[in-house]
Amino acid sequence: MTKPLVVFDKVEKRFAEFTAVKPTSFEIGAGEFLAIMGPSGCGKTTTLRMLAGLEAPTGGEIRFEGRVMNHVKPHERDTPMVWQSLALFPFLNARENVEFGLKMRGVAAPVRRKKALEWLDRLGIGQFAERNVAKLSGGQRQRVALARSLVTEPKILLLDEPLSALDAHLVIRMQSVLTKLQKELGITFVYVTHSQSEAFAMADRVIIMAQGEIAQIGKSKDIYRSPSNKFVAEFVGRNNIFEGKVVHVSPEVVKVETPIGQFAVPHPGRAVKAGDPLSFVVAADLVQVGTERPAADNVVECQIISEQFMGTTVTLFLEAPGGEELKVQIGQRELEQIDIAGGKRLFASWPAARAHVFGAKGHA
Amino acid sequence: MTDRLIKVSLLAYLALVFVFIFTPIVASLVFSFNSDRFPSLPLGSFTLHWYETVLSRPEILEAAKTSLIVAVSTAILSTFIGFCTAYTDYRFNFVGKSAFLALALLPPTIPLIIMALAMLSWLAQIGLSGKVSSIIISHTVLGAPFAMAVIRLRLNDMDPSLEAASWNLGASEWRSMWEVVIPFTKPSIIAALCLTAAVSFDEFAVAWFVSGLNKTVPVVILEILQGNVDPQINAIGTFVFFISMTLIIIAQALLMSQGRKKDASA
Repeated sequence: MTKPLVVFDKVEKRFAEFTAVKPTSFEIGAGEFLAIMGPSGCGKTTTLRMLAGLEAPTGGEIRFEGRVMNHVKPHERDTPMVWQSLALFPFLNARENVEFGLKMRGVAAPVRRKKALEWLDRLGIGQFAERNVAKLSGGQRQRVALARSLVTEPKILLLDEPLSALDAHLVIRMQSVLTKLQKELGITFVYVTHSQSEAFAMADRVIIMAQGEIAQIGKSKDIYRSPSNKFVAEFVGRNNIFEGKVVHVSPEVVKVETPIGQFAVPHPGRAVKAGDPLSFVVAADLVQVGTERPAADNVVECQIISEQFMGTTVTLFLEAPGGEELKVQIGQRELEQIDIAGGKRLFASWPAARAHVFGAKGHA
Repeated sequence: MTDRLIKVSLLAYLALVFVFIFTPIVASLVFSFNSDRFPSLPLGSFTLHWYETVLSRPEILEAAKTSLIVAVSTAILSTFIGFCTAYTDYRFNFVGKSAFLALALLPPTIPLIIMALAMLSWLAQIGLSGKVSSIIISHTVLGAPFAMAVIRLRLNDMDPSLEAASWNLGASEWRSMWEVVIPFTKPSIIAALCLTAAVSFDEFAVAWFVSGLNKTVPVVILEILQGNVDPQINAIGTFVFFISMTLIIIAQALLMSQGRKKDASA
């Protein structure tokens, strides 16, 4: 990461009856695309609002380019935001909406008009400049909101679930508009969302929040492959989570006894001994299935319960001994090779190295 | 068949209600152009005589001028107070807010005659009785709750992010008031101005108590009526009716266009 633009230093937000954000520290690099993701009520929006000055932290410090921002009024900051509701001014047309920030900064009318039109053109909605915002489509309104926030050429752009009201196909298109813009402008984007597909698709780094705390922070792939705890593994989805006790420790591999069998997992790199509780995950797409028992470690004999077709991939829901559920994600074409008819026994297996132990150090 | 019957009878009932409400007004309108001294059928010939006599009486013109000054001042003052109260309700939460709101909406629930007596004695205490300003003060007390109700309705439709968005784009709180809150509520502000002007223009009881020598139009009407029955009353009545109706129709049109916009955006 380059030099941090924003530093959250033990920032905390308490309301009268609950704590929205527990003391939290992280940095946002200049030019970084950071996503903050989590279920509703996890404190992600409060974090963003504190950065915009709409909520004052009750503890800690927020620094922007080294300057403490805790008591700087929202209008004295340059932290424009794209709102979930878009919050376009309904009594102004598209161009006037975009001009608003420049007008507040005292930019002369001809200059701001020119700049606003440039931005509307850049976002491909120049022809709607004089149209009332109520008469624009969802995607067009989205672009007006983006232009309105970017016209002042800020160093950072805050986005609060901006795509949540759009149709699925528009979401994908706006995602590429956003990533392209961010690359071209080279400014920092902080993107709050509850959707992991949005976060993983766009962000350089992702923060996962739960109950006012950071559950994990890292690159999309690291979070996906190496969730640091059960919450993240479940939130990311399509993971098989195993909880058990250590039965045997060797330098490379640890054997864990779980309700559905004994499995080998990579040594977590911290001291473990027989009898310690140990949890690990195996991502659904790393599990193999077949009708013949493979000569490998970590084999579970199970029965197929259901399959969920998702385009090119299929998720199989299997029942392991003891009623535990196992998820396996395989390609549509692979599935055609396997004879799953008639509730046949299937064997799910994975090499020990594919398992990820919670809290493991040093490897992904 | 029964559906149709129900529909027709409901429409007939509605028509009856309107006939009941508007017959006296229409009668007044018709007799204001009738040459006969007394309102009776069959009608005499068409005349503008009663309008001419009304316009030639200085006390009536004086009353019209007073009414106009009072209505305009009341409209501006009530709307300003109503806007401030409605915005306070929209923006802030504080201890005793419901008591504050109940108090703000209280005046229309007080019987006018009680209000008039209370106003008279209070204004006399502070040396303001019998002046034009005393009518304005009293009418503002009556009008402000209406203005507040109308503006509050509009503010309830305002996305709470709208003001925050303008701060976020560099507008101070005062600037946001001018650039966002007032433009957003403008239709309801104009509607409130019209409504409170109409309330003031029509109001008789309180004006009669506190006006002293500065009579408003309704007060003068009563004084003429106390003397004798005179078709001039019909002429004045027609004039007052059209002014009030115009104001109310403007207000209603503005409020309805708000509602339509809301439906369209939802």
